[in-house]
Amino acid sequence: MTHLAWLLPALPALAAVVGLFVGARIPGGPAVPAIVGGGGAFVVSLLVLGAAEGSPRAVHESVTPWTPIGGQTLHVGTRVDGLVAVVAVMVCVVALLVQVYSTAYMAGDPRYSVYAAEVSLFTAAMLLVVVASNLFELLVGWELMGLCSYLLIGHYWQTEGARDAAVKAFVTTRFGDAAFVVGIIVLGVHAGSFDISRVLAAPGARGGVLTAGAVLLLGGVVGKSAQFPLHVWLPDAMAGPTPISALIHAATMVAAGIFVVARLYPVFVAAPVSLTVLGIIACVTMLGAALVALAEDDLKRVLAWSTVSQLAYMAAGLAVRGWTASIYHLLTHAAFKALLFLAAGSVLRTVGTNLMSQMGGLRRAMPVTFVTAIVGAATLAGLPPFAGAFSKDGILDAARERGGALGSAVYVVGLMTVVVTAAYVTRLILRTFFGDYRGATDGARPRLHESPLVMTVPLVVLAAASILLDQPILSGNSHVARWLAAPAGTAAPHLGVGGVALSTALVLVSAGAVFALWRRDPAADPLAVLGPVRRPLAAAFGVDAFYDRVVIRPLHALANAVLRADDQGLDAAVEGSGATATGVGGGLRRLQNGNVQAYASGLVIAVVALVVGVSLAVVR
Amino acid sequence: MHLSMALLLSALLFGVGVYGVLARRNAIALLMAVELMLNAANLDLVAFDAWFKDTLHAGQVFALFVVVVAAAEVGVGLAIVLAVFRLRETVAVDELRQLADVDPPVRVDVDQ
Repeated sequence: MTHLAWLLPALPALAAVVGLFVGARIPGGPAVPAIVGGGGAFVVSLLVLGAAEGSPRAVHESVTPWTPIGGQTLHVGTRVDGLVAVVAVMVCVVALLVQVYSTAYMAGDPRYSVYAAEVSLFTAAMLLVVVASNLFELLVGWELMGLCSYLLIGHYWQTEGARDAAVKAFVTTRFGDAAFVVGIIVLGVHAGSFDISRVLAAPGARGGVLTAGAVLLLGGVVGKSAQFPLHVWLPDAMAGPTPISALIHAATMVAAGIFVVARLYPVFVAAPVSLTVLGIIACVTMLGAALVALAEDDLKRVLAWSTVSQLAYMAAGLAVRGWTASIYHLLTHAAFKALLFLAAGSVLRTVGTNLMSQMGGLRRAMPVTFVTAIVGAATLAGLPPFAGAFSKDGILDAARERGGALGSAVYVVGLMTVVVTAAYVTRLILRTFFGDYRGATDGARPRLHESPLVMTVPLVVLAAASILLDQPILSGNSHVARWLAAPAGTAAPHLGVGGVALSTALVLVSAGAVFALWRRDPAADPLAVLGPVRRPLAAAFGVDAFYDRVVIRPLHALANAVLRADDQGLDAAVEGSGATATGVGGGLRRLQNGNVQAYASGLVIAVVALVVGVSLAVVR
Repeated sequence: MHLSMALLLSALLFGVGVYGVLARRNAIALLMAVELMLNAANLDLVAFDAWFKDTLHAGQVFALFVVVVAAAEVGVGLAIVLAVFRLRETVAVDELRQLADVDPPVRVDVDQ
């Protein structure tokens, strides 16, 4: 069935085209092609997964030559192994649920048909990245995702915040992508082919070429997966519709960065420097983003920072050779983060604000959202038996086994992040669902009610996934590792009771502390206790302000200088030539005074001058 | 008679014609001056014809052509002069300046 893999990107892409052009005219509206396309891709992904499970560790590749490029033939096609099959299923499930959820969430939106088509295209782009057999093919999907994220984050383009966030996301990821393209070219030239199979089989490092290629690739990964220092776009991307946040954070875009590292893992293993760089970046991002999430008041931004932090877990796992654990965490994260975002969307739609200080007490009005959000939060915090606990501990285990400076750093920072994560998750749940409602109490108070079935069913499905995803690792024979066909040089995950017990204890202590603080005054923010420390946290350590001062303002100044040079230099020259021509013409106009004899005089004088001149020339 | 005598006479006639065209105000005098210039050319044609003893007498033939064309030209010219006189009550060329380039009057857009 793996020869059908090309349908994975093709079906949603077709759905996007159909939905965009005839979506409004077909019965059922633009939701029909979107859901049919997503559902079709989901079925295909299951078939592909079935085939991949039937023959684990095998790679199914089907390519066709497409066009010669620089002395090589560019192939397009699909390359399916366990990793691809599993990630494709993950993408399809989340995308399908987001499409279903959006039919209710975006109901009444005047641009729903465009929105649904963009979501389909986004899914298609991610699936193209997943199944691509060629680095350039992968790049096409990669860039399409950048475009789609720009369009979707800027969906509410009538608001300034959404416009700015869209531009910020596009420019920031583009900054990393520039390095990514160069990295692809370096690797492709080194291997003599851009086919992934050839790139992975290329001989090891010589003269640092591979290291350069791998580090350059990391540039794109850091941009797309929102790692420090290019993480700034992700929290701002919350200006988009909430289902889009779920899609970007769980299945597409940010997952693509981690996926590419996992896909090209042998390249990174052959260039250990790049893994060290990735590990350092991940350590900084992991703890920093979790701390910022502590101080945020905006529900969606808390989740965004938590995504940044969780992606850093995956990156750190890859850096310490915990390949399988990282991919496992990618899967569980997709489930619980999509769940949390969709639950947040359900809450926002009811209370009409993003601010947790305006919420509270929603557990009675929204029982389904409440219970599913609790499941998502427990998975995020890493409480067993929810899947997130085991995937996270897999990464920490890998770090401990790896040892050395990098492994120890990842392990220690990872444990600290576990504590902080538990704290902000507990705060989020308490501030949103417990206590008393703190929003408007007069006539402006919204009617608090549960969301419609179309929105709650995806929540329940994702909650079930968050719980059931612990089965592969609990059942002992490590199904995940078998499907995934981990590359050489990586550690197999195993369930260490000690590690799980330690992090569970940390989670419980941290959550308990926040709960105790909250009990003293349920209306107040439990983390107000942080006092003056909150200020740098709420400002996200001033990274945005720093970029504003160091990058944006100098660039604006430069742009203004260029504008001035154009206005007063180039443009002045052009306009000056026009003015000069007008002036000279105005002088010549005076000669045309209507006196025919004056004209004739000029004629005679000119003829005489010519004759005399020519005669003199001839004589000489 | 030497050729140069005829050419000298012709040049004098032409000069008188040029002077008339450039200096006279009366349009009819202007036409007469043009006739002088044409006939100066005719004189040249005939003189060279005789000097070179052209068997086909091309010079004389051309002179006849010029006479015919000049007659037609004077006909048209006098008609124009007559029309101008009826319209403007004058035939002084320096007063006929309707073709001068004058600054256009300031246009006022009614819509705005």
